Amino acid sequence: MRHLLSTGDLSLTEAEAILDVAEEMQQVQTRPVKKLPTLRGRTIVNMFFEDSTRTRTSFEIAGKWLSADTINVSAKGSSTSKGESLRDTMLTLDAMGVDAFVIRHSSSGAVAQAAGWVRAHVVNAGDGQHEHPTQALLDAYAIRRHFRALGREGWQGKRIAIVGDLLHSRVVRSNVLLQRTLGAEIVLVAPPTLLPTGVESWGCEVTSDFDSVLEGVDVAMMLRVQRERMAGGFFPTAREYADGYGLSLERLNRLKPGAAICHPGPMNRGVEISSEAADAANSLVLDQVAAGVAVRMSVLYHLLGGSDEGETA
Amino acid sequence: MSQPPTGSPDIEPVRVIIDETELARTVARMAHQILEANRGAANLLLLGIPTRGVCLANRLAALIEQIEGAPVRVGQLDITMYRDDLRRHPTRLVGRTSIPGSIDDAVVVLVDDVLFSGRTIAAAFDALRDLGRPRAVRLAVLVDRGHRELPIAADNVGRSISTAADERVAVRLSEVDGYDRVTIARVKEGQP
Repeated sequence: MRHLLSTGDLSLTEAEAILDVAEEMQQVQTRPVKKLPTLRGRTIVNMFFEDSTRTRTSFEIAGKWLSADTINVSAKGSSTSKGESLRDTMLTLDAMGVDAFVIRHSSSGAVAQAAGWVRAHVVNAGDGQHEHPTQALLDAYAIRRHFRALGREGWQGKRIAIVGDLLHSRVVRSNVLLQRTLGAEIVLVAPPTLLPTGVESWGCEVTSDFDSVLEGVDVAMMLRVQRERMAGGFFPTAREYADGYGLSLERLNRLKPGAAICHPGPMNRGVEISSEAADAANSLVLDQVAAGVAVRMSVLYHLLGGSDEGETA
Repeated sequence: MSQPPTGSPDIEPVRVIIDETELARTVARMAHQILEANRGAANLLLLGIPTRGVCLANRLAALIEQIEGAPVRVGQLDITMYRDDLRRHPTRLVGRTSIPGSIDDAVVVLVDDVLFSGRTIAAAFDALRDLGRPRAVRLAVLVDRGHRELPIAADNVGRSISTAADERVAVRLSEVDGYDRVTIARVKEGQP
């Protein structure tokens, strides 16, 4: 694999290989010595032009546990604040011999564009409202483990509801594209004001009535409501949003037995997810966080762990 | 058990070095030798190296249990992430590591099918070091085919054979391949 820019670029074999290797990587988390020598001598630069704690930290830990040297560049401390263009910053670091860039940027498409400038590998850690491939992979990883533990493994026939602010979410697109490859069915649930334009062309069922799909889904993936959006008039009040689209206790009780609850975090308890749902036995919220490092280790391994030519053997 | 294939299109001629009956006898002898060297099964931890080393470790463990009447710990150690040649090949798939309990103070017996360059075993030492501190590490292999590139020797060898560097030793075990057999063949040009 050269870059990871979109989950839509992954073949079924590649996607499954990433999830399988992540299983092995997760074991490392439980060892006294949390370190593999695999990427010794490789340099990974995390370039985050947008705030992020969990994604940046987990990429940094993932690189370090594989023995790569990881360096963090944030927009504030970098030359971009002096007016240097993204392209020049990247070319400068590329010229220093960096092996991979992990990039988060507020503009959709910026990461894919950057990948065209450099010799190094590029991982998209979230670009604008476009994609966040490693989040979708870790969602899939946590969901797969959940259903495996229940003896109900397999994507065929599974229904995943993605609920909330689909318009501003980069997680949703990556999940839709990944599941197009893996095989689960996706139902998109959002108030009409928060549906992206062109959503009908995504090939998923779309509804604004959360209650109508509750009983039929295997996974309820709740997206964060960005409070700052309220000013934009997308919905009247947090209360009203919670009434229509929050995973309340009442809705939690109507889910199928064993249905999983996901949330990419950070959560607004009482808005898109109730405390009862967030802390429920079948809530995968913390599993998702734990999976973050393992999945990102697997992604870095797939990009940097082999020779630069050729595909997965 | 399925029938072994009679030939392979890419490699020939194939010579059988160990057949099914002999393989069972060889593994049984190895089990006895491991016990003899360790003076019993106390503290033993058999770790197979995927893929076929794991099958052999499980067979050895079953035999040791039969002989001693007590279970012996057996697990598997994948060394992919510790290889020194990762950069020379396309990305490799990673196998499973699963170790029952701790390796601290155990007598670890690494089990592999073929001992060749010794690089796999060197990587296994690195992997073990990250997992703990065994009291001793031993090596058991079904076939030692020579051509070492590192100063590594096995404590327990099923069969030593002299080979040419361009020959390929293939261990086939029923758990993976459907039949038991060890063959040797000259690799045709252009074959890995």
